[in-house]
Amino acid sequence: MEKLSFVGKSLPRKDALIKVTGRAAYADDREFAGMLYAAAVRSPRPRIKILSISDARARHTSGYVTLVTYRDIKGVNKWPVVMQDYPFLPEKEARFAGETVALVVAKTAAAAKAAARLVEIKFKELPFIDDPLKSLEKDSIKIYGKDNIISSFVVKKGAVDKAFNNAAYVVEGEFSTNYQVHAYLETQGAIAVPEPDGGVTVHSSTQCPFYVLDAVAAALGLPYHKVKILQTVTGGGFGGKEDVPALVASHAALCAAKTGRPVKLIYGRKEDFQSMSKRHPGWARVAYGADKNGRLIACRVKYVLDGGAYATLSPIVLWRGTVHAAGPYKIANVSIETYAAATNKVPCGAFRGFGQPQICFAQESLIDELAAKIGMDPVDFRMKNMLEPGDKTVTGQRINSSCGLKELVGVVRKRSGWDKKKAEGFRLKAESDKARGIGFSATYYGVGLGAKGRYLDRAGALVNIYKDSSVCVNVGNTEMGQGALTVLAQIAAETLNAPYESVRVEEVDSSKVPDSGPTVASRTTLMSGNAIIEAATPLRGRIFKTAFNLLTAKGADFSRPMVASKGAFSMGGKTVTFREVTAECWNLRQKMSEQGWYAAPRTTFKMENGQGDAYVIYSYSADAAEVEVDLKTGVTKVLKIWAAYDVGKIVNPRLAMGQAQGGILQGMSWALYENLVYKNGIMVNPNFTDYVIATTADKPEYDITFLEKPYAEGPYKAKGMGEVPLIGVAPAVANAIANACGARVRLVPLLPEKVWKEIRMMKN
Amino acid sequence: MKKNNILEVKNGVFEITLTINGEKLVLSTKNGESLLDALRRWGLKGVKKGCDTGDCGSCTVIVNGTPVLGCLVPAVAAHDGDIITIEGLGTVQKPHPIQKAFVEAGAVQCGFCIPGMILSSKHLLDRMPNPSEAEIRKALDGNLCRCTGYVKQIEAVKMAAKRLR
Repeated sequence: MEKLSFVGKSLPRKDALIKVTGRAAYADDREFAGMLYAAAVRSPRPRIKILSISDARARHTSGYVTLVTYRDIKGVNKWPVVMQDYPFLPEKEARFAGETVALVVAKTAAAAKAAARLVEIKFKELPFIDDPLKSLEKDSIKIYGKDNIISSFVVKKGAVDKAFNNAAYVVEGEFSTNYQVHAYLETQGAIAVPEPDGGVTVHSSTQCPFYVLDAVAAALGLPYHKVKILQTVTGGGFGGKEDVPALVASHAALCAAKTGRPVKLIYGRKEDFQSMSKRHPGWARVAYGADKNGRLIACRVKYVLDGGAYATLSPIVLWRGTVHAAGPYKIANVSIETYAAATNKVPCGAFRGFGQPQICFAQESLIDELAAKIGMDPVDFRMKNMLEPGDKTVTGQRINSSCGLKELVGVVRKRSGWDKKKAEGFRLKAESDKARGIGFSATYYGVGLGAKGRYLDRAGALVNIYKDSSVCVNVGNTEMGQGALTVLAQIAAETLNAPYESVRVEEVDSSKVPDSGPTVASRTTLMSGNAIIEAATPLRGRIFKTAFNLLTAKGADFSRPMVASKGAFSMGGKTVTFREVTAECWNLRQKMSEQGWYAAPRTTFKMENGQGDAYVIYSYSADAAEVEVDLKTGVTKVLKIWAAYDVGKIVNPRLAMGQAQGGILQGMSWALYENLVYKNGIMVNPNFTDYVIATTADKPEYDITFLEKPYAEGPYKAKGMGEVPLIGVAPAVANAIANACGARVRLVPLLPEKVWKEIRMMKN
Repeated sequence: MKKNNILEVKNGVFEITLTINGEKLVLSTKNGESLLDALRRWGLKGVKKGCDTGDCGSCTVIVNGTPVLGCLVPAVAAHDGDIITIEGLGTVQKPHPIQKAFVEAGAVQCGFCIPGMILSSKHLLDRMPNPSEAEIRKALDGNLCRCTGYVKQIEAVKMAAKRLR
């Protein structure tokens, strides 16, 4: 392979300097002349029939401008996400505590918030459901359709009952996981600016500007070419800024349309907790069967997600969870049934891992229990059963050569000192109050949107080379902290042989590139990267040909090959720079701007039986966690995490390391600390005082290895990175706790009282 | 009318004198306005609002040499004070050594927590030129970051400490 100049190097982040100096303009940092401020009026109860909404008291607030309700919607009062069940503003019924019922517009943010508190909603309380399992019961009250089921999927393969009957070893367990709040440090926010022609420009903190475009156009009843979405510097997303920013932006746009003035809507932390998307609470009953040689032969899963009051992204989150529910193993007989159940609580949606972490916690915990029952080492057991190139997944998809799972497991086993520590575990320091243990997990992750999102799985790019040789790249996928602007600039620089410093990738402007789908599913490097390569390839042809001609004109010996490296072209002792070459291209009136487009290959998955190719390619991970459990209190401290990933070619090692460390900590924080509590349909702890996330004090040691199994279709052989590091952490920690003290906790978060209770039960 | 040596120009509006990033200013603030909201209103947008309840550390500024959560302090309390915000450290063209270290260590992802994190780091390094890892962790444990896993920020502080010594 030719030597790469920019891809594979830890080049500096494009946006780091503006961020460290406080100059990056996030949504709330932008000001417009004559700007007004909006605040949401929220439903106080889990399920209400709205009788009236009155601003009689609110209008006396100094600076008050107007109230916006569903009556102000000129377009369609249906937010276009997966299903059209969520109104921009409710007309008759509000379905969860915290749902936006109306908006107040005022001259200052403080006045808007004060006035919103004075808006009176007259309502009648309706019976509600807050438990997803009860929601699915036959005689439950119906709050969503005829059966409260938002969505349901299956994977059916082989003869499951027969296989379980024949199994020498069977394990079964019920597992559940609680919400996870994204806790992006920047809350949701948008500014809508009316344009003279009746259109609107929206500045939005979002992962998915084209979802915002769909929603704002629908709410205002405008053609798309009169709506422009500009992504602001986005202070974290993790899935939390996938769908819901479209709702926030639409609310700002409705206020701007009514007042004819720019309107800023920035969420406070509490309302962000109460009303924006979350990781679904999950419940699963999983059973595995193995033959007498320790070969997995059967798997049965029932998996339920608490969807909340509206569908939002639940169908596709559930589908991803369904496909991956049996784990990265060869199993001939499989039955997976999954449900997203409606409840009168906050609608849940995307969060890094997207329906996988919940079920992965269940199945990877149970794999350990099965290995214990057989009397096998859990890593040996995984090694024996895991997917390798040529094997088929539970959906019947054949795994191609870009699969390094077995090597990952081997690397983590060796680096973590697994064999020695596993043997010591449990007994180590048994006389003291603290016990150490080590736990393992292995996972896979389908990159991109897969069969369920196939119509959205495409991306565009625009590459523009100016006369001074600087390069501007527009894409449709966003930077939210993960490093997209940097990685995509590296890919553009590599393809064009342009100096990295001369390439700038812009934040998304929906009017410059075609709808490129969402920035989710670890798909940006793959999709936008390939679109950039497609755009840059004809430019590269012109640039390379012109470089050759310039070198020849300079008297270079053209019997020698031309070498393009680091922004310069050399041949037979002569050199020209990218700058000189592009100047000559412009002199020759060559086209120095191109558009690119990449659509993911087709998938063959059938929803009826869950068989076929679900995703175009998979990334893989293996994790080992070492923990120390205080036997007196049940408090667990994670000392170290060893992880290895196969995410294809690494475009920027330093950024990839940041994704890995950050993903691990988010996974660990969810596994141990994060506990969002609802009581009677009301969120009890919507703040960082009582909802605790990991700090520097909790940071474990990390040992991270990348094995780069090239993916032929990927840009410079890359796959996808963002989500993989989070998924396997919780089961590795749970397995480590079991190894340390015998306590098998089947509930995330693995709270001290749960661990303590298990320890007590074992003693008695 | 003067209350505690602060001029009340009209009902509930106070005129306060303070130094921000080396510049002496006379500014007005309303009764009950937090220092965070006031600083942002005065144009210092590098001071970030992450929670408004004193939990996340995004609004950390240095007042009279001490890191303070701007959301918990009324602006009037900063009267006669000397305030340093992220804007006072360095610029894109000429970043402060701590800012430079954060860039080079790869300590920045979404960036929203970074101004507060850098100011907490500055306060640490002003007091302790050679902090241990435990001391760095302690100094930064009031600054939440959801992106990085913290390891690169700790490395950045170590890198900056070395260069500043």
